[in-house]
Amino acid sequence: MTNSDYKVIVGLEIHVQLATRTKMFCGCELVFAGEPNSRVCPVCLGLPGALPVMNRQAVESAILTATALNCKIAEFTKWDRKSYYYPDLPKNYQISQYDLPIGSNGFIEIPIGGGATKKIRIRRVHLEEDAGKNIHAGSFSQVDLNRAGTPLMEIVTEPDINSAEEVRLLATELQRIVRFLGVSEADMQKGHMRFEPNVNLHIKKDGKEYKTPITEVKNLNSFKALEKSVAYEAQRQFDNFTERGEVMQSGNKKTFGWDDIKEVTVLQREKEEAHDYRYFPDPDLVPVVVDEKWLNEIKTRLCELPLKTQERFVTVYGLSDYDVSVLSADRATAEYFDSAVKAGGDAKRVCNLITQAGLKMANEKNCGVAQLGIEPARLAELAKMTDAGQISATAAVTIFGKMAESKEQPGKLAEKLELLQKSDAGELEKIVDEVIASNPQAVEDAKSGDKKSKKAHGFLMGQVMQKTKGTANPQVVAKILGAKLKV
Amino acid sequence: MSDELLGFSCRQLRDEIAAGRTKSTDATGTVFTQIEKYDGQIGAFLSTFKQDALKRAKEIDEKIAKGQSVGALAGVPIAVKDNMCTTFGATTCGSKILENFHSPYNATVIEKLLAADAIIIGKTNLDEFAMGSSTENSGLKKTSNPWDKSRVPGGSSGGSAAAVAAQMCFAALGSDTGGSIRQPASFCGVVGLKPTYGRISRYGLVAYGSSLDQIGPLTKDIADCALLLNVIAGHDEKDSTSVDEKTAPMCDFLDGVGKEVKNLNIAVVPQLFEGADSEVIAAIKSAIEIYRKLGAEIVEIKMPHFEYAIAAYYLIATAEASSNLARYDGVHYGHRTKNAGDYIEVYTKSRAEALGTEVKRRIMLGTYALSSGYYDAYYLKALKVRNLIRSDFTAAFGKADCIMMPTSPTTAFKIGEKTADPLQMYLSDVYTIAVNLAGVPAISIPCGFDNKNLPIGLQIISPAFSEEKLFRIAGKFESQTDFHKKRPGL
Repeated sequence: MTNSDYKVIVGLEIHVQLATRTKMFCGCELVFAGEPNSRVCPVCLGLPGALPVMNRQAVESAILTATALNCKIAEFTKWDRKSYYYPDLPKNYQISQYDLPIGSNGFIEIPIGGGATKKIRIRRVHLEEDAGKNIHAGSFSQVDLNRAGTPLMEIVTEPDINSAEEVRLLATELQRIVRFLGVSEADMQKGHMRFEPNVNLHIKKDGKEYKTPITEVKNLNSFKALEKSVAYEAQRQFDNFTERGEVMQSGNKKTFGWDDIKEVTVLQREKEEAHDYRYFPDPDLVPVVVDEKWLNEIKTRLCELPLKTQERFVTVYGLSDYDVSVLSADRATAEYFDSAVKAGGDAKRVCNLITQAGLKMANEKNCGVAQLGIEPARLAELAKMTDAGQISATAAVTIFGKMAESKEQPGKLAEKLELLQKSDAGELEKIVDEVIASNPQAVEDAKSGDKKSKKAHGFLMGQVMQKTKGTANPQVVAKILGAKLKV
Repeated sequence: MSDELLGFSCRQLRDEIAAGRTKSTDATGTVFTQIEKYDGQIGAFLSTFKQDALKRAKEIDEKIAKGQSVGALAGVPIAVKDNMCTTFGATTCGSKILENFHSPYNATVIEKLLAADAIIIGKTNLDEFAMGSSTENSGLKKTSNPWDKSRVPGGSSGGSAAAVAAQMCFAALGSDTGGSIRQPASFCGVVGLKPTYGRISRYGLVAYGSSLDQIGPLTKDIADCALLLNVIAGHDEKDSTSVDEKTAPMCDFLDGVGKEVKNLNIAVVPQLFEGADSEVIAAIKSAIEIYRKLGAEIVEIKMPHFEYAIAAYYLIATAEASSNLARYDGVHYGHRTKNAGDYIEVYTKSRAEALGTEVKRRIMLGTYALSSGYYDAYYLKALKVRNLIRSDFTAAFGKADCIMMPTSPTTAFKIGEKTADPLQMYLSDVYTIAVNLAGVPAISIPCGFDNKNLPIGLQIISPAFSEEKLFRIAGKFESQTDFHKKRPGL
């Protein structure tokens, strides 16, 4: 059997940690790490008598995201308790949303190459609180509740994803979206995004269609693990089908973990246990009514989504796929680029400065390009100077670096660093004449028109540049030289 | 001197103390003498804070001596039910599972009492996690009724009611989920108020049935009840279900006490008089007769869904309780079994060892009611009944200012009389439970005694956030009668 005989079916659950100031239901500040159990209070510890209070910022973040994902926003939503016992869950119930999620029935568009996109339907977007962490230390375990109560946005797709690559594309696209919206840092290293794909295959064999048992892979926290685990599961399921004829039956859904080192999925639960979470509305919280006024207020915070930005950069500015992907990686960079272009910089020139000089510096300083301290208008000036031939492209990169430090105008910096190009034809002609006079052999070679000609041209050009310490505008010099060496 | 002092209302004592005529240290000392003398027989307190209370009393006396201003309960010894979190002493909820639990924070009501310069003298016994009607379900102590020590004080705020009746404090706080303030108030011959749901912050009240629980005062008279409500009521940003000032404007509840209610209409529900003891019915009827003679109009109404209240209550309250009590698991705090093989056994054995029979019964019931496949038939149905009961009350308040009925169908029963039959015990809350389901306020006031000299309580129910009017209506009866002034011979 070949690949074309089966179709991979994947639905994805994504947990996104929101970048709110405080936790979901208490006033503890959201800070990464810290001494175990140091970022807690009676509420997130689940102490007797403590009561949750909804974090409005988290709700607004979820509404904003759900809107960006084209969801229907619930006018009336509420909080439900999901009951299960686990040591990292201090109340032994999680406050979540059951039948009335904040957003439902939306879709996300993912880029699938060559400018094409694919729509993946979004089933729901809801909010819940995170649990703590169990730390196993040999014969005993400890519980750290610093993370308990952290706001999580859960996004569930329909099973519209058809390859491991598409799963990754969806995940990275979602990461860009939540960063563009500013609702999450979406830092994978800090576990801000966690994935749980549900995978199975629809196989065509002898004119019949078979479905393999659905497996859920739990708790993946990197794009690589997500993509590899889905690919692995698809292959494993296909092998199981061909070797043992394993097909979907009621109750044979399995739960797997992912072994990052061996790069294999590991069975966690053979049969889907009859989980009864006993959901019911949390009587400690009041329902949330999203009226039009509030919704409109939240919608003012919407921005152009990365895919749209990308499309615009290609069609309006004619930038390459690579350039566009760099410029639209985050909202600040995209907006920075936009502003510099709006201030009069040539798009390609500005783009080159950002991708060649900006990114490297930003990486070194561990910040975004927009945070380097160079005003977009100054960047535009720098681009204009380059285009006007006042400075060379190489000099522009040098000046860019200095601009971040000195905040001086690019023109002043070019002067100070003696990087202004000599473009005065009269002045340059004198120098060219000197060079021609003192290099008769090269001049002869250049005029010869044979193989040596090109090399000799280059040599004479080099001599001019040497005499001007590199400040001569090469285009002007080439023109003068060309005229003088014409046979 | 000490007898006279013990007889003071909170208002009298506060004014005496504030004026410097009586010292809070004397009042506090006297209360502890009373506790030392009688609580051995009554068993109202789970913990007392004599040293700290006297120290605080001294501080308040000093403040007064220096001419500094003091709060509305300055120097007044108050007891609180042991399901409200305090940073001092343990907060046990009458359960072995929290026997050694020390809260790192104070409940909002505790903060408010302290801000009003009250002296918190101790924490009172209760049915475990407030589940019960006799305080016999306490996992830690038995409490007797001061009027007859062979009888129960009612429950679940039995310790608070007994402490007020036996003059071991000047007032107490209780909590009421299905009658837990009003029924013991009735059994012990004191005044007990269940305020409107949302009137008082539940922050720091250990939850039983969150949508029903409400803290309220148990006092010697109605004005004291109003005074305590003044202190503890109000919106709390820590409790989302506490009502904001726009919906329930704060007022001075004391203002209303003693004022007239013009054209008072009282609703009675004849169908409800059927299940009660004849002596109780007689006392309620003569109380209503007093109102009639004073010019009130009596309207007979029907409340067609009232009889389903107990059934709905035991699904809603237990469903919430099954979830609220899940946190007592031996992992984070409270009792942990010494015999666990794995973490599952930490849960099962810790809970099996330290939770009482009635608590386990209600957790089981609630878990069942919320289980998939049963949710619609039980929990959801109960919520529908709750709505119907609410509309019964709305309809009633369209015709009358208040509804009057017994607080309890009987006077205090014998210790052990109903423990073998939980259903009989549940039925003793028949008159109080519907009020919690509707969320409206209700007060129980002393209105007579049966032939065994046991107090009888009249329950007056009024619309949501009409406590001020409720005090006026209740105050009318109190001003005409002496029942509230009678104290048990200890």
